[in-house]
Amino acid sequence: MGEWILFAVSVLLLVCGLFLMLSAVIGQYRFQYVLNRMHAASMGDSLGLGLVLLSLCLSTSDGWLIAKYLLVVLFVWLTSPTAGHLIARLEIATDSQYQQEMEMIEK
Amino acid sequence: MKKNESFWQQLIKLDEVSRENPLDEQLMASAADEPESVLREKSPFDFAFAEIQQEEKREELYIAERLQATHLHAWVDRKGKKWGRMAYNFTCVLFCIALIVFLMSTVLRLPPLGAAENPTNNEVARRYLEKGLEETGAVNMVAGMILDYRAFDTFGESTVLFVAACSVLLLLKLGDHKSGEVTPAMREAEWDDRHHEPKNDAILQLAAKLLVPVILLFGMYIVLAGHLGPGGGFSGGAVMGAGLILYLNAFGFEKTGRFFTYKTFRWVTFIALMTYALLKSYSFFCGANHLKSGIPLGTPGAILSSGLILPLNICVGLIVMCTMYVFYTLFRKGGM
Repeated sequence: MGEWILFAVSVLLLVCGLFLMLSAVIGQYRFQYVLNRMHAASMGDSLGLGLVLLSLCLSTSDGWLIAKYLLVVLFVWLTSPTAGHLIARLEIATDSQYQQEMEMIEK
Repeated sequence: MKKNESFWQQLIKLDEVSRENPLDEQLMASAADEPESVLREKSPFDFAFAEIQQEEKREELYIAERLQATHLHAWVDRKGKKWGRMAYNFTCVLFCIALIVFLMSTVLRLPPLGAAENPTNNEVARRYLEKGLEETGAVNMVAGMILDYRAFDTFGESTVLFVAACSVLLLLKLGDHKSGEVTPAMREAEWDDRHHEPKNDAILQLAAKLLVPVILLFGMYIVLAGHLGPGGGFSGGAVMGAGLILYLNAFGFEKTGRFFTYKTFRWVTFIALMTYALLKSYSFFCGANHLKSGIPLGTPGAILSSGLILPLNICVGLIVMCTMYVFYTLFRKGGM
């Protein structure tokens, strides 16, 4: 019984993660502005990948494998937001017309 | 005489046009637009005849030259470009058909798939797998192949990387590093760099602080374990170069300039290439007898084994790392 619950939870997480990935891809192509598209892409990168790897963690009992999955999650959660931050910064630095697309609150 | 007259008329007309409009374009345009008959009818014969006789010789030479040039240009505009394009298309089609015929005839002569007497089923692959360990010392047979059996090929690849770095250096480097003075182009590139690239970004610096040691360590592991498992100089060097580039992005050129300058690049690549060349040319010139390195044959798990594969991997890794880093700095602002 416990195994089945674990299996169901892992499948649910996997499906959620894949749905997020799919919506990220769709958003990537549907949105027009750079920052919107980045937002969509980072959803898939962080939450979607996290859910998929969490479900993989639940579906195995090998401790080393789980540790490796968690390392992957850690690495992606470190690098992907940093890269997104840099791209957004570059967009603001190079595009002088960005105020047509959004409001920016100056600190 | 009649023919001569018409020729003179043309000369007069052209002379007039060229005096009014000294530019070649208008001359060519008027000559190209109007057919020769129209030209003849419109130009009066008695216009400035005395003047022509005075400077007969000079004008004749000058205008005949002009006329020839005009005719040539008009011909190129009307027919030449079209014929040239047709010839180009025809040659393209001919070349493609020849290539297709050649390739298809080769395919038709290929031996059947999976036949026992195919040239791929020869003694080379068998020998690699059976005697690879004792001949090259590498546990990872791919490393043994690229760094021992086909070491000359890998040497060529490393040299290609080095030559590519040199040519990019020639093309993109701003200023003269010997005099050390700052040229306006360098100042402009520096300003551009400061404007576009993130400097002193706290988020990037924190991420780099956490990641760069891990990335460099991983790259070193790939290089040092290339003879025992998957990996090797090329991939490990690429990872280490990426780590250096991340560090440069986060902390700027002042920090990386402390340990990586043009001098470092020169010496590291020079020493690595020379080491590789010496180690392998010994084998080439001594009839495939390897240099006695004293390093034992490959044992899984032991880093210091596998003969000369390990030093060769380190050489290749250093070259790849330096080339990637120097490429990045040159493409970013034309210098370090």
